[in-house]
Amino acid sequence: MKATKIIVYILLIGAGFSFLYPFYWMIIASVTPESQLGNFNLLPLEISFENYLLMFSKIPIFRSLLNSTIVAVSSTTGVIVFGSMIGYALAKGNFRGKNLLFFIIVFTMTLPFQITLIPNYVLMVKFRWVDTFAALIIPSLNSAFAIIMFRQVFKGIPDDLIDAARVDGCGELRIIFQVLWPNIIPTIVTVGIITFMNSWNEVLWPLIVIRDENLMTMPQLVTLFAVGGRADAQLGVKLASAVLLAMPIIIAYSIFQKHFIRSMASSGLKG
Amino acid sequence: MISYFLVSPYLVHLILFVSFPVIFSVVLTFHKWNIISEMQYVGIDNYSRLFQDRLFWKSLVNTLTFLVVHIPLQIVIALALAYFLDQKIFCKGFFRATFFLPVVISGVVVTMIWKQLYGVDTGLINKLLVSIGLGKVEWIINKNIAMISIAIMATWKNVGLYVILFLVGLQSVPQRYYEAADVEGASRWQKFRYITLPAINPTIFMVTILSTIGGFNLFIEPYIMTGGGPLNSTLSAVLYIYKQAFEFYHMGYSASLGLIFAFIIMMVVVIQKYMIEKDE
Repeated sequence: MKATKIIVYILLIGAGFSFLYPFYWMIIASVTPESQLGNFNLLPLEISFENYLLMFSKIPIFRSLLNSTIVAVSSTTGVIVFGSMIGYALAKGNFRGKNLLFFIIVFTMTLPFQITLIPNYVLMVKFRWVDTFAALIIPSLNSAFAIIMFRQVFKGIPDDLIDAARVDGCGELRIIFQVLWPNIIPTIVTVGIITFMNSWNEVLWPLIVIRDENLMTMPQLVTLFAVGGRADAQLGVKLASAVLLAMPIIIAYSIFQKHFIRSMASSGLKG
Repeated sequence: MISYFLVSPYLVHLILFVSFPVIFSVVLTFHKWNIISEMQYVGIDNYSRLFQDRLFWKSLVNTLTFLVVHIPLQIVIALALAYFLDQKIFCKGFFRATFFLPVVISGVVVTMIWKQLYGVDTGLINKLLVSIGLGKVEWIINKNIAMISIAIMATWKNVGLYVILFLVGLQSVPQRYYEAADVEGASRWQKFRYITLPAINPTIFMVTILSTIGGFNLFIEPYIMTGGGPLNSTLSAVLYIYKQAFEFYHMGYSASLGLIFAFIIMMVVVIQKYMIEKDE
């Protein structure tokens, strides 16, 4: 029994190392001068921020950080606000076509995005939204996943609470945002984390609708920097941009890792 | 009436970004269009061209190659790690958080790192192989291996999520089942086969479906790692749709690819669902 325990620990530590080391190597490599990059050392022989300075001079990375933040915050806010409104109507409202609408929402979740990708791009061209934030934000203000999550949590809230609020003269919007929201904070956090992460890590759609470098999101800019010729094949400079792209999520994850794991696991279980 | 007001933001979204695109996508597949000049009706030309297009079949075979490697690897590794974590272990939370880290990091970052790990002469993986006396592998420059390398990387990136899902499944088995089995003198394998496996079957099903969809959605990994090469051996479904639309401006043909791939995805998922339900 003792021996198997030791083997389990060895395997777990080996696995843990294989998941951590590549990120550690990326950070170390980004502060290592290009000439010494050939060696894999646990600690850099000398630390230099040359790679970062060179990267700053080549791409508007901080501008893209701001762009990504604007896009991710806007779409997350939209998904939470609209998602709770529609989820509430589906859970507590009584209107014609309610069941049909719910069926359609569930169906859209199974619809592969390969169908809508090209037509949606055409739509952006016709709306003259190419190279504007509108193309990045407006199509992602609603999410079927969020609506279903909110519908489910609102179904579990007793009608008495809502009736009492109505007697006090609350309108439906005030009921949702002031009476019900404080009761469903875990769901808001889950939907918020998932929407923010999806938005932050999205690359394909920005690559299609944004060509102006000053409007690019961070993963898009880093991708084009990695595959394009502007880094002059200098690995350290590319990795410096990757470190800045990963850093906000690494910091958020190290603080809120329990919420991240719970949220993404619950979305996996629903999907 | 207030309900209609509450659902109106979604109705606008549904009409503009779901219903219209689905209908327009079908219209597009019967046209030739470079988005600048007039649309030109071509009947079923796009479809007949598609079935003779070597690259369409290539991208489909590449996706299947990816799935054949990715799905079993993902299930075995995730299940093994979840099984280890389910024991009485110190630092359980630390290990779980570590395995999950690549799941939250952008695929862009992960692919940029792995592109270096896979280097023939300078990559860490080959250096390790050489140091234990094995030969170098041409991870991403050999056309027979490149897609497998991407499948291995994708497993590394996603496996943490499935470890958590398998853990949930494993912990749902009541402890007394194992105790009863111990009394009956069941072997370790018998306990796994007759108690654990039935409990995690739904998770295996979910991993299979999610990984299949993931394989058909593969884009940024080949885009950064190989650009679809060498010799189109890592050309994925979405990368091919992207190239037809935004490198060659074949909007009609690209929409046809999108529609056919979407149809294939839905068929594959339905077949998997049927096979797994029949299995139970």
